Amino acid sequence: MTSGELEAIEIDLLLEAVFRRYGYDFRSYARASVVRRLRLLLEQSGIASVGELIPKLLHEPAFFQELLFAFSITVSGMFRDPEFFRSLRENVVPLLKTYPFIRVWVAGCACGEEAYSLAILLKEEGLAAHSTIYATDINDQALAVAKEGIYPLRQVREYTENYQKSGPHDSFSRYYHASHDHIVMNRELKKSITFANHNLVSDHVFAEMHLILCRNVMIYFDRELKDRVLRLLDSSLIRGGFLCLGTKESLRFSCGDGRHDEIDSKNRIYRKRVLEAGEGRTR
Amino acid sequence: MKKYRAVVAGCSAGGMQAVATLLAQLGTSFRLPLIIVQHLHREQGEYLFRFYSSSTHLKVQEASEREKILPGNVYVAPPDYHLLIEHDETFSLSVEEKVNFCRPSIDVLFESAADVYGTALAGVVLTGANSDGALGLKRIKDCGGLTLVQRPETAQFPEMPRSALLCVHADQVLTTEEIGRFLMTL
Ligand SMILES: C[S@@+](CC[C@H](N)C(=O)[O-])C[C@H]1O[C@@H](n2cnc3c(N)ncnc32)[C@H](O)[C@@H]1O
Repeated sequence: MTSGELEAIEIDLLLEAVFRRYGYDFRSYARASVVRRLRLLLEQSGIASVGELIPKLLHEPAFFQELLFAFSITVSGMFRDPEFFRSLRENVVPLLKTYPFIRVWVAGCACGEEAYSLAILLKEEGLAAHSTIYATDINDQALAVAKEGIYPLRQVREYTENYQKSGPHDSFSRYYHASHDHIVMNRELKKSITFANHNLVSDHVFAEMHLILCRNVMIYFDRELKDRVLRLLDSSLIRGGFLCLGTKESLRFSCGDGRHDEIDSKNRIYRKRVLEAGEGRTR
Repeated sequence: MKKYRAVVAGCSAGGMQAVATLLAQLGTSFRLPLIIVQHLHREQGEYLFRFYSSSTHLKVQEASEREKILPGNVYVAPPDYHLLIEHDETFSLSVEEKVNFCRPSIDVLFESAADVYGTALAGVVLTGANSDGALGLKRIKDCGGLTLVQRPETAQFPEMPRSALLCVHADQVLTTEEIGRFLMTL
């Protein structure tokens, strides 16, 4: 048996142990990334093999937190893919304005960058008073950062550039104040977002949404899990609601086509049909 | 049966010309997938595909997530995502931290490709002004794969091939043209 095959067994056992001990199910995550994260964790903790991680994980809840942190890749940024945000403004906002009140869900919000970007966008488009943003993740450490709304100052240049390319009405510096080496997002923006722990793999729908952003989260799921989570997101959407994926992700519903219209294929913005195919006739 | 099932290649500064030269040597009888990580600016992408397509008859495309890796195709990693290979020989993408200040990183691709293809993999390091790819090439070698490095004196930016050679006793050290011709024999 090669060392790779041995490692594959160890990883299966570890994921099973994590699931049964802590209820977090990483068994259907894309393997190549899991392998990478585990090897990095081994390097950092000076442990020789994945197998040796198992007893440590079973007996030390604190170590599980480290694993959870290693597994959830929280890299993000404000107005990441500015073109996407521009398209939201141009193609989605006008339709959102037709509702008296909208609920928005940022699923897999990492440290909150995307949620704040969206809060800024909605404010500039005059929707702030008529909307609630829910932003969820499985990583409590990341959620804590998100709630504080504190980001490193060195990121600001990139954030500002992105913001400027997103078709803004104002200047990015209006939305934070800088101190020392970090920025703090305005209190008003913070208040417009509800951050909470929610696991797309094991938790249920919690509200009917008009707009869902789930970007660069399902790229870490295997095909089956991705389909399952897509169904969950779909059932959280009102008819006519919008689903946005990462710019390199594709929407291939397992539950059949004809349920969604492509609003902007390049920026991966989809709209759930108001009527499903065939439904008009049966009425 | 042929031994090799995939070729992975990495380049950075100066890579455009180097890859074009290499591609020009690959005839339509080239039956391996060629998977390339090249450090690019976001904007360079579109132009790159046209440029590469004009140097080869092989199909050149951006690697997309969950896509099946097919022989005789040339895949380039999308800018700003790491490119990995799954055991079912499909691509996956990741936005995790930069590695060697790079995303996509050559090391990330090489390491995951070595896991999947083992001895049936050939890895190529071309021109570049950093040391990404060196550790990945070592991993390919450790897994029994074939390692090829551009002869540093012939590289527009010799640092990357040099770093690779410091890390790995490469099987072949060649010019890009020679690498292209060599790949045709695999
Ligand atoms: C790369 S970040 C994406 C951040 C942001 N959406 C973006 O595109 O910039 C992926 C996030 O998904 C979260 N995540 C992973 N598995 C999850 C799950 N089962 N349920 C909810 N969030 C999850 C991770 O904790 C991580 O913060």
